[in-house]
Amino acid sequence: MPSPAAPVIAQVEHLAKSYGGVPAVTDVSLELRRGEILGVLGPNGAGKTTTVECLTGLRARDAGRVEVLGLDPARDGAALRQRVGCQLQESELPAKLRAGEALDLYGSFYDHPADGRELAARLGLGGHLNTPYAGLSGGQKQRLSIALALVGNPEVAVLDELTTGLDPQARRDTWDLIEQVRDDGVTIVLVTHFMDEAERLCDRVVLIDQGEVVATDTPAGLVASVQGGQVLRLRLTTTTPRRALDEALQAVDGLTELRVVPPQLGPETSPTVVTPEDDVVLRGERGMVGPALLALARAGLEPVDVAAERMTLEDAFVTLTGRAASATSPSHQEA
Amino acid sequence: MTALRALTLAEGRLYLRDAGTAFFALAFPTVLLVLMAFALPGMRDPIEDLPGFAGLRPIDLYAPVAVAMAIATTSLTTFPAVFGTYREKGVLRRLSTTPLPASRLLVAQVSINIAALVVAVAAALTAASFAFEVAAPSQPGVVLVAFLLGAAHMTALGCVLAAVVPTASSANGLGMLLYFPMLFLAGVWTPGPLMPAGLSEVAAYLPLGAAAQAMSEGWFGDGLPITPMLAMVGWTVLLIPVAARLFRWR
Repeated sequence: MPSPAAPVIAQVEHLAKSYGGVPAVTDVSLELRRGEILGVLGPNGAGKTTTVECLTGLRARDAGRVEVLGLDPARDGAALRQRVGCQLQESELPAKLRAGEALDLYGSFYDHPADGRELAARLGLGGHLNTPYAGLSGGQKQRLSIALALVGNPEVAVLDELTTGLDPQARRDTWDLIEQVRDDGVTIVLVTHFMDEAERLCDRVVLIDQGEVVATDTPAGLVASVQGGQVLRLRLTTTTPRRALDEALQAVDGLTELRVVPPQLGPETSPTVVTPEDDVVLRGERGMVGPALLALARAGLEPVDVAAERMTLEDAFVTLTGRAASATSPSHQEA
Repeated sequence: MTALRALTLAEGRLYLRDAGTAFFALAFPTVLLVLMAFALPGMRDPIEDLPGFAGLRPIDLYAPVAVAMAIATTSLTTFPAVFGTYREKGVLRRLSTTPLPASRLLVAQVSINIAALVVAVAAALTAASFAFEVAAPSQPGVVLVAFLLGAAHMTALGCVLAAVVPTASSANGLGMLLYFPMLFLAGVWTPGPLMPAGLSEVAAYLPLGAAAQAMSEGWFGDGLPITPMLAMVGWTVLLIPVAARLFRWR
């Protein structure tokens, strides 16, 4: 992790961008320091991709100041793209273009390209240089994408939703790879909606919600900044009125938040009752676990499937934005 | 290796790997001319009742029309479809993250398609002269200039499509929408002197119609087809900036 004194190489101040009157980004400010992995986090549609597109000059901003490596992306786009590599969502290659050809071709666009073959070997693509793009697996395509973002020897690499659609093993391999790239001295902007990914990789995170920055901190700092590090998840054995649950828990010291999360699949449930399929999620201070369970028992409610956890970045995110960042990340599903 | 050179080579390789498209674009004019000459009755019987064209055969009148058709096929179908596919798949979006200017990709694709067109036309005329001794142009220089202007203005029109079509299927749809009326203007159903005079006068100003008329004049006449040639220059000069202005990466 770079020291806090690492020089700032990119700065965004009060960025705003809307599409046909619909605001995508209303107020985003952030700093990028040399050598770090900066996470740009937020739910789908929060404005993450628009932010990095304005950062790299792929979109013209409506308002605000953006400076990257001493350049204004809106004015010096071509010069900037010599020094910033990008891996964006929903960008494929021609189906019949071979991996090695793609590396050679993209290398030719830059003044000082990296050795494409060496890059491919490092990314585990050495044996697939003659494979057409359409014949690569999802993980291989993603690694080729990273290779193409790095083939120009960039100082900054922007990686957008890198692991979406990858299986758990491929995700972890990709994470190792990103750390390797950072260790080579490339500063990385990692756009993601997976909290576990950000927690594992990022030195600092910028949390964006509805086009605005909600928080900027280290992942650990962000979790610590949210009141109460304790999460308690449970279910009830019988269908209970929501009011009865609220009353049972209202006197518990240190309980800051009570949420009832209906199952993702299944019939719509009424918000006034809590069914045995609903997850009851309590957040609060560390000491609230015992009193909360006791209070439930005293009210005749039997808690089952009880799990007490430390707050994760995902929980911090929910608390800060009032919404879930993502349904579930693949590694959670696997767990 | 410069970016443009690398891009042209890579795109050229992809063009040839797409066997169906490549075969269609390269062989279509040959197949068309030879099939017409041998499958349709009377195509190789000399014309007697048309002043100024006595001694020629209907298939001879079709030679410049077939060349015009080849121009239209390349510029309105294969060329914009590549951009539709690239836009749909995000290939353009990825390219937009590199320092490569959009114009380089257009130049690379235009070069490849014009090269393919030249090969296709040369093959068709060679086959036609061997198979049924198609009439040689009376003014080869005029035919050549008319062909080049025809390729230029139709490619410029193709560039306008290429600049905006969001998907491969919209590229095909829009291409076809233009293709058939233009074949009509080029005289595919009423070649050369058989086109009604009123229509012929209008067609001389319109894309592809101008190309067919200028080439026909160079092939069978002795005048300089000034009007259609100027029309083609005009369309080229008008459409290229329009395409550049409209071009979208996504």
